[in-house]
Amino acid sequence: MTTGVGSTEPEKSGGADLRGAGAGSWEPVIGLEIHVQLKTETKMFCRCRNGFGGEPNSQTCPVCLAFPGALPVPNRRAIEETIKLGLALDCTIAERAVFHRKNYFYPDNPKAYQISQYDEPLCARGHLDVPTEHGVTRIGITRAHLEEDAAKNVHVAASGRIHGATATLVDFNRCGTPLVEIVTEPDIHDAETAKRFLQLLRQTVVELELSDAELEHGSMRFDVNVSVRPAGSDELRTRTELKNMNSFSFAAKGIEREIARQIRIYEDGGVVEQETLHFDPAHEESPPLRSKEEAQDYRYFPEPDLVPVEPGKDLVDRLRATLQVLPGARITRIAETLSFYDADVLVTGGLDRLWTSLVDAGADPKEAANVLANQFVAAGIDPGTVDAGELAKLVSARAEIPRAAFDEALAKVGERGFSADPYLEQKVVADTAELDPIIQRIIDANPAQAEQYRSGKEGLLGFFVGRVMKETGGSADPRVVNERVRALL
Amino acid sequence: MARITRDEVLHVARLARIELSDDEVAKFQEQLANILEAVSKVSELDLSDVPPTAHPLEIANAWAEDVPRDCLPLDEVFANAPDRDGDYFRTPPA
Ligand SMILES: [Zn+2]
Repeated sequence: MTTGVGSTEPEKSGGADLRGAGAGSWEPVIGLEIHVQLKTETKMFCRCRNGFGGEPNSQTCPVCLAFPGALPVPNRRAIEETIKLGLALDCTIAERAVFHRKNYFYPDNPKAYQISQYDEPLCARGHLDVPTEHGVTRIGITRAHLEEDAAKNVHVAASGRIHGATATLVDFNRCGTPLVEIVTEPDIHDAETAKRFLQLLRQTVVELELSDAELEHGSMRFDVNVSVRPAGSDELRTRTELKNMNSFSFAAKGIEREIARQIRIYEDGGVVEQETLHFDPAHEESPPLRSKEEAQDYRYFPEPDLVPVEPGKDLVDRLRATLQVLPGARITRIAETLSFYDADVLVTGGLDRLWTSLVDAGADPKEAANVLANQFVAAGIDPGTVDAGELAKLVSARAEIPRAAFDEALAKVGERGFSADPYLEQKVVADTAELDPIIQRIIDANPAQAEQYRSGKEGLLGFFVGRVMKETGGSADPRVVNERVRALL
Repeated sequence: MARITRDEVLHVARLARIELSDDEVAKFQEQLANILEAVSKVSELDLSDVPPTAHPLEIANAWAEDVPRDCLPLDEVFANAPDRDGDYFRTPPA
């Protein structure tokens, strides 16, 4: 059995020269639509478990399988979490929100409609302030609403390619799980800002603990609408939709390429066609690709099986009180101490709270940021497990202890009861009286290299330093070794 | 008399993935027109001050706590399924 999904090749637009864009004659217009899976215990409209890992169709019931007569009951926590996200995005929370039926026929949807929201969403008219090197860019949020996810389809073929699909297999475990859809205004004008927005939104969602928002698991998905217009104009031209991009960097590249493609078409006197470009066919699941005349024709109407949601001031105030300082604000604050780039890496990497603790414990801000963004991330340690006091000692002693001891300590810094002290005792050898004989011995043992160095091959310095570091088991101070090797040669 | 065209019937049938014979198109054209006409009675009233109704009941916030309950056993899940492949439902290729 061969499985394959999707039918579109990745879009190939060829050389992405930004003709015209450099001259400032074209302005890209970018809007985003993001779906985030809520990590509630149960599904949106039934109390089946919401989670990965079950055997196919083992997390289903009459409601999510759409057996006749079954009635949906909304998940209170999902509603509250959507409101929380709405508040974090400075949205107006509806006094009355209504669920609608979005009708479409496809095997990922047993009712033949998805319960979604239409003209009365829970959250509307908000914004997210995205810090950049040049200050804050405000991106409008059109709406954030709650809906249910679809089932997972596997298209199977007897042999080879998807074109020969003979059947679709359906697993309804995901069907009916809660999904928040966030739609931005077309306020974004370059790929980099789109990428930063997505990173910041992801971090916000993760910190609110309402979703894992992992692209690779599909718990966060996004589509990008791209069009271009003559700079200075406020018209909205035909846009194309980019789907199934599984990384933020990939999205940024895809957007840049699409902008260039559209500019090229206009400059050649052509017309941009409305179309959907799929980037990662392996991730394509739904919705059905409809013909142009059927697109958007979902015959929305109010879901008669559900009464309206009226959050009320008390609930909204209670949820608002749970909000902490949001990532965007923290980037801006930390960028007063560090560079914008460092601040961004710390916050979107979920490292800035630990960084603050390290600085509070006496570590140098820049040193602490360097260690966190590099060695700490590489070691794959969960920041939540770290005793900041011990890590701060390590960061401060980094130059004085052998590199090997530092690496070893860092790898263990997340362990229960970790103490930096035994590692701090392993002082780096910086004493020239101790190092010089070793260095001299290595120079004597490699006369040819020494001669080449003296005749101008300065690159060989590294060769000698490396030998000394190896000889001393990594305990020598590289700066002193560098100096002494130079001197003795 | 509310009107619905033949093309509108065909369009809705296509959205619903239903194939209709010519006789059926004519039949549904008439039936749908009758339904529309019955409903359009409402527009004889002046409702400019009435907000749209989403639900006839005067209640809101009928929700449940986020606590799991037992799901259906697989034999019941598949009891009415026309086709099954292992623990998957099997449908014609989509
Ligand atoms: Zn269920």
